[in-house]
Amino acid sequence: MAQVSSKLSANSPTGPIETRWEKHKFNMKLVNPANKRKHTILVVGTGLAGASAAASLAELGYKVKAFCIHDSPRRAHSIAAQGGINAAKNYSNDGDSVYRLFYDTVKGGDFRSRESNVYRLAQLSTAIIDHSVALGVPFAREYGGLLDNRSFGGAQVSRTFYARGQTGQQLLLGAYSSMMRQVSKGGVELLPRREMLDLVQVNGTARGITVRNLVTGEIESHAGDAVVLATGGYGHVYYLSTNAMNSNATAAWRCHRRGAYFANPCFTQIHPTCIPRSGHYQSKLTLMSESLRNDGRVWVPKEKGDKRKPQEIPESERDYYLERIYPSFGNLVPRDVASRQAKFRVDEGRGVGQTGEAVYLDFADSIKRLGKDLVVEKYGNLFDMYEKITGENPYEWPMRIYPAVHYTMGGLWVDYNLMSTIPGLHVLGEANFSDHGANRLGASALMQGLADGYFVIPYTLGNYIAANPLPKVETSHAAFQASKEEVAQRLKKLLNINGSKTVDEIHKQLGDVMWQRVGMSRTAAGLKTAIDKIRVLRQQFWTEVKVTGENNFKNSELEKAGRVADFLELGELMAQDALIREESCGGHFREEFQTPDNEAKRNDEAFSHVTGWEFAGTADKANWNEFREPLNFEYVHPSQRSYK
Amino acid sequence: MAEAKGMNLSLKIWRQAGPQAPGSFLEHQAKGVTPDMSFLEMLDVVNEELIRSGKQPVEFDHDCREGICGACSMVINGNPHGPQQATTTCQLHMRHFKDGDAIVIEPFRARAFPIVKDLVVDRSAFDRIQGAGGYISANTGAAQDANAILVGKKESDRAFASATCIGCGACVAACKNASAALFVSAKLSHLALLPQGQVEREERVVNMVAQMDAERFGACTNTGACSASCPVEISLENIARMNRDYAKASLKRR
Repeated sequence: MAQVSSKLSANSPTGPIETRWEKHKFNMKLVNPANKRKHTILVVGTGLAGASAAASLAELGYKVKAFCIHDSPRRAHSIAAQGGINAAKNYSNDGDSVYRLFYDTVKGGDFRSRESNVYRLAQLSTAIIDHSVALGVPFAREYGGLLDNRSFGGAQVSRTFYARGQTGQQLLLGAYSSMMRQVSKGGVELLPRREMLDLVQVNGTARGITVRNLVTGEIESHAGDAVVLATGGYGHVYYLSTNAMNSNATAAWRCHRRGAYFANPCFTQIHPTCIPRSGHYQSKLTLMSESLRNDGRVWVPKEKGDKRKPQEIPESERDYYLERIYPSFGNLVPRDVASRQAKFRVDEGRGVGQTGEAVYLDFADSIKRLGKDLVVEKYGNLFDMYEKITGENPYEWPMRIYPAVHYTMGGLWVDYNLMSTIPGLHVLGEANFSDHGANRLGASALMQGLADGYFVIPYTLGNYIAANPLPKVETSHAAFQASKEEVAQRLKKLLNINGSKTVDEIHKQLGDVMWQRVGMSRTAAGLKTAIDKIRVLRQQFWTEVKVTGENNFKNSELEKAGRVADFLELGELMAQDALIREESCGGHFREEFQTPDNEAKRNDEAFSHVTGWEFAGTADKANWNEFREPLNFEYVHPSQRSYK
Repeated sequence: MAEAKGMNLSLKIWRQAGPQAPGSFLEHQAKGVTPDMSFLEMLDVVNEELIRSGKQPVEFDHDCREGICGACSMVINGNPHGPQQATTTCQLHMRHFKDGDAIVIEPFRARAFPIVKDLVVDRSAFDRIQGAGGYISANTGAAQDANAILVGKKESDRAFASATCIGCGACVAACKNASAALFVSAKLSHLALLPQGQVEREERVVNMVAQMDAERFGACTNTGACSASCPVEISLENIARMNRDYAKASLKRR
């Protein structure tokens, strides 16, 4: 029976929610300015959270080492975020406030997040915009020179700041420029093309990392006073997702295996409007902005297996199923509802296109109503992107869309200070589980990554350093040597299996199991099958995989192999987590738990908690213990949503 | 729409085991290529075959596969990112090729981009140029309210257009002199066009240009090959602005 663990103590301040962060900041210990340079902080990952943390910590005077797997820190996948970033500025004069953003985020997360964290996030949102503008981020402007806002993802207020469809790129380049400034000033040492393969602990605290130099294959040790992990989410466990090809969970998973609890791994977000796959060779899926659903109408043929061209299917033989089932929200139902309904249609055999794994998103009516020019103005760049990828002209053919995995709300468990269950190991951005509960709102990922990096970790890390004796540790310490040895052995093992299956082949099989059974709609039976299948795959991987090449050169296959090996464990944990969470909430939909209207049915009595998993396996065997952090709602009271 | 059978292509790919190793073109066959595949997915298929037959797959940089991260970097039939205008390699699809085509694939070639392996090059020179001045010195926490800085929509749009550079290096690969002028000037223009960037404008251009030279990129002779091959269509106008700012700043500094 799962129990509440003292390790999962949130360390949230108490009192009125508006004053908690202020109070907490005041109560934190400070590091003397002259002493900061004596402390080395290892920052792993250089996306929004990592780059902003590295820059801000170096500005304070800490010695920072920043690591990334890419050739340049600017390539982190934050770069691909399109839509925008929320902030409670109320520049639109439409009634927004810190409290409203807090309220929307807790509610949107289906009451599975920590109120104190979410409130702080909403409070910090405004400073992110101020700082980003100071760094020269070219947000969209009004003619008078003020910042423009739009409403995003069904929000009732316009609080989203954006830079055309490239908000993530512009915010990341801002954080990257700050970090590069610190690199040239000597505050940050940049170590690109390094992959973290282990966490090193001395006396129970995180004191270093073991990385592989991806160019030379050398295994390196790096020691520091604390480790900041900002390595992103784990959506690539599904193989096909909107994540980048190198997005992976390995750094986080290695920490998990060393004692960091993994929280709510089953909370994944599926985005409804992605370009569907076109064949077995497909390597990734591309997201198209959700705004398309404002003017596009979603439909499938009424008849199963109807292979006619869409233009030849008369109105009377089309099923505009979202409009039919949800007459008041129609095509604008939330992400998870739209996604699930698309899957139901495809599973019924009414999917369209060559693979049958798509539904239509049709602009014919909008073009008639608004005129082609206005449609071009609103959606031109998206239509161009669609045509580039599919070779079809969406002005003449309805788009084909299908849901894809997009974001993972789960991640390493952290307390209010963003520290994991391993003292000294801090986790930021998508890599932690913290602020989005069971479902993330649109335009909130960028906000969280930057809040963590710019405005939370500079304070909480200082407190950790000031409050703990951190005797100097060198990489010659036995713990580093042992870690290096273990990492080298694992790499050697991977290279020596020499079976007949490629890494991608097994990854695709894992992805298929995850998508079919641990995807947007889950059942107890399906999850149990998934666990069995994943165990078989893992066995196959370690006996039949073929990793070519050598360790001491650039070797992408070896890099991928290590990551897939970890996904093969994480996948099982996701299924376990989904199996024991006998309710539906946010991105986690269990078919057994739904309302008569097919809406997610939460069970607040039994599941108003965060599940934190402790790794209890061995080198060869995966096994976990389940613990709980109870959630209390003092301000936003749980209610059931309805979109009818 | 994909055809059932697919195309067969013969590829000549630059293979080089490591930075110091000698390189050469090797022939590889791509079989059953369908028009809906992206160029990188075609290479994935080739690599899977190579691995199965116990050979080393072709190394290439890639990540987001949606045209924004700037990782993919190869020269296809003489063109950085291939024949399609305003398109990164990852967004290039095989419907632009036909059955029986011979395709030559090389790494980006420039003295400042040493080869790491096969098609992978080291573009860290770009990061060092960025570090030399491609920023506004604003520490976290010190900023005033965002709307206290007014930026006209036109200026903001122009700054944005320069800021969209993905840092891939195609401009360098396309230039006969391997000049980085387009990359450097795009970053300079992004910041020079905004009020926030004015304080450090002169120092920035002098320092970034000095670093560009130190990295041993070639000189710009205004042929415009960079802009023509840029996947995000960064304009040559940026280079003109950089030259003007550089002249002004160096005269003032005498």
